[in-house]
Amino acid sequence: MSAPSPVLAVRGIAKSYGGVRALDGVSFEIAAGELLALIGPNGAGKSTCFNIVNGQLRPDAGTVHILGRDVTGLPPRRIAGLGVGRTFQVAAVFPSMTALENVQMALIAARRGVFGFWHPARRIAREEALALLEQTGMGAQAERPAAALAYGDVKRLELAMALAGEPKLLLMDEPTAGMAAGERREMIALVRRLTRARGLAVLFTEHSMDVVFGHADRAIVLARGRLIADGPVDAVRRDPLVREVYLGGTRPGREARP
Amino acid sequence: MSLDSLLFQAVNGLASASGLFLVAAGLSVIFGVTRIVNMAHGSFYMLGLYIAVTLAPLLGEHLGGAAGFWGGIAGATLAVALLGAAVERVLLRRLYNAPELYQLLATFALLLIINDAALFLWGPEDILGPRAPGLSGSVELLGRRLPQYDVFLALIGPVVLVGLHLLLTRTRFGRLIRAATQDREMVAALGINEALLFTAVFALGAGIAGFGGALQMAREPASLSLDLSVLGEAFVVVVVGGMGSIKGAYLAAVLVAEVKALCTALGVIEIAGYTFNMSWLTLVAEFLVMAVVLVLRPHGLFGRALAATKAGEAEPPLLPLDRRGRALVLAAILLFAAMPLIGMFFRYAPVLALDMVIAALFAASLHFVMGPGGMASFGHAAYFGLGAYGTAFAATQLGLSTPLAFATGIGTAAAGAALFGWFCVRLEGVYFTMLTLAFAQIVWSIVYQWEDVTGGSNGLFGVWPDWPFDSRAGLYLAALAVALGGLALLRRIVFAPFGLALRAGRDSRLRAEASGIPVARVRWLSFALAGTLCGAAGGLFAFAKGSISPEAISVGRSIDGLVMVLLGGVQSLMGPLLGAGAFTLLQDTVMRETDYWRALLGLVILVLVLLFPFGIAGGLRRVARLRRAGGAR
Repeated sequence: MSAPSPVLAVRGIAKSYGGVRALDGVSFEIAAGELLALIGPNGAGKSTCFNIVNGQLRPDAGTVHILGRDVTGLPPRRIAGLGVGRTFQVAAVFPSMTALENVQMALIAARRGVFGFWHPARRIAREEALALLEQTGMGAQAERPAAALAYGDVKRLELAMALAGEPKLLLMDEPTAGMAAGERREMIALVRRLTRARGLAVLFTEHSMDVVFGHADRAIVLARGRLIADGPVDAVRRDPLVREVYLGGTRPGREARP
Repeated sequence: MSLDSLLFQAVNGLASASGLFLVAAGLSVIFGVTRIVNMAHGSFYMLGLYIAVTLAPLLGEHLGGAAGFWGGIAGATLAVALLGAAVERVLLRRLYNAPELYQLLATFALLLIINDAALFLWGPEDILGPRAPGLSGSVELLGRRLPQYDVFLALIGPVVLVGLHLLLTRTRFGRLIRAATQDREMVAALGINEALLFTAVFALGAGIAGFGGALQMAREPASLSLDLSVLGEAFVVVVVGGMGSIKGAYLAAVLVAEVKALCTALGVIEIAGYTFNMSWLTLVAEFLVMAVVLVLRPHGLFGRALAATKAGEAEPPLLPLDRRGRALVLAAILLFAAMPLIGMFFRYAPVLALDMVIAALFAASLHFVMGPGGMASFGHAAYFGLGAYGTAFAATQLGLSTPLAFATGIGTAAAGAALFGWFCVRLEGVYFTMLTLAFAQIVWSIVYQWEDVTGGSNGLFGVWPDWPFDSRAGLYLAALAVALGGLALLRRIVFAPFGLALRAGRDSRLRAEASGIPVARVRWLSFALAGTLCGAAGGLFAFAKGSISPEAISVGRSIDGLVMVLLGGVQSLMGPLLGAGAFTLLQDTVMRETDYWRALLGLVILVLVLLFPFGIAGGLRRVARLRRAGGAR
């Protein structure tokens, strides 16, 4: 009973779409400092599960607690206000602003300073924003318009923005999607470093098994809406059930996507 | 009120609903396939009526009354369908890949041009058509006499609804339309002749609208104001029914028309000693129906969320002025401040300058929601009108002092913008645009009809400011001060956290929400703020002209604002001011000289949209860039 309460606790969530059970009684937790991969074959319910946690979907049953608070069914904006950072499968930033302004905007929003009508935003939280860009390796590109950045850099910028609210939990939907193999490893190593340093809990979905087995602490596996495995990545990798339904009996380490 | 008068009005309502439905259905079919909201759709309706009233007597001479009447309707339908096909081939084809706003503006330009073409061909007087041979009598129902033609019209709606349904489900053409509505790229990939399909669909939609107009021949005269009034109502119907749904369009048309008919049927009633003329409520009722539906179902009764819209390229980051820019702005302010002196040599200069100052505030307030907010409002005239009428009413009827009257006007506009904005900002893209236009039409209609307060079609006169604003220079300098204050405030806000958040919501709503920005609230507040400053422009206008009439706040003014913003360039903060200046100059010099200024304005819009999409400011920037590149070599 003295164990610290988990950052994220999902209990028995279920969701159906017109009679099809997309998710059926899924429960898991994440502790601070933990990098948890949510994997499963296409149509397993990953996106549904992920979108319930981030507030885009409301579950039919079950609860989601973040830092001990029941957030089930709260809209994404409210969940963001509770210290949850997010990145998207297709990176979403503000293309008409510079990289620096993007991060400043995220910082201003995190500090509930959106309704400021007088002082120029460009002088607000500038140092912190630069520091965040520095940490994600974007320091040299601070003044460039986000629309002009290479896609890999947009993903780093998005990460800097997600970290702006000093979140306790980071939700990353396919953090390495659309990146080349070398870039992927760099990106996930960056996430690993930053989250370790900040004691941050991370839940991410991922298609690349390299990324999952090389960097995650733990993995949970969904198949047809049910949780079929939950444990350290090495254990999950050896789990015969996982190999059967997910990897199709082949050697792990290769791409799961056909 | 008795049951039979209710029934009488119900049939009347169904007859109106048929006409509305025909326009809305055409609009919906065209939008479904081409993703263009055709602003010129009201024009097709109007043309259908004009052609029918011209054709019917001509044919009647040779073929007899009945053949002439129905032949006139058929001929008008065909002619409008052919015109639609031609319009698609010549104009719309060039717009399919343009940003939404340009599509809206270009089709609106078409509306202006068609309106002036009709003025040229048929003259300004309303034209009455012949009565329907064989249907000019009446049928008796529960002791009331119902015009046969109304009963006929009431039946036409469902007939066309079923006909369209059969066309869409049973024919190859219909299957193609439905396929293209669901997935345009796929239809193209399957090797269907897309160009032909689009032309055919446009002709079909235009033809239905023309048919709807032609049918009204026996009921109402052909008039030049029909295009806009029908368009406004059709937008309400489409927003309520859901874009792209034919069934929804019919239900919504019936709903709107019946609620109006009910209000008329109730007539004057007495509640708790007060008498209410319920027929007054028709306009408000329309608004209430729409409000209720939108709160419950943001995409209308049968509509679905629209796919992501084309927003064009991301604009470059906004930068504060450099030293040269600041010097230029200071010079411009000094020039305008010195205008009373300049007026000693050029008598017309201060008059023009006052128009420019008011236009600048108007355009800048519109740009605030359109540029940084990314919300293209086609109804900004509503807040201009509320400001102007609020001011004029307070000054003339209430006898308030000039500053207080002005404040009343601004307050009226702020209240209106806050109320309408609450509904508008819930919608995205073309839905937002249609709703803003519909609200502006409602404000216009109320102003036009509420004679006790607004003076009806004559407007309010004798809105003269008192000392020290009663001299030309006094009023001008006060207006300049108000406008400069408003412009400085807007500029300050654009660069403040609120302005940044507004741009963030425009760039990526998803990201903005995930960062904790309350996008809907930010948009609402920005809409209300823009409406408030626009109301200030309206109040200044009322004092400057000494009067205000419904004409000055019609949808034409909304479009003027859009043209100013586009003329200057939507992607820059100075653009709207340049555009306002250039447009005012153009309007005060060239356009006053001709009866056909609407067509001229339409042509200006088409040139802008097709050739200079980034406006004056964008053009200047491009020239500067080219010169720099040349100099570096």
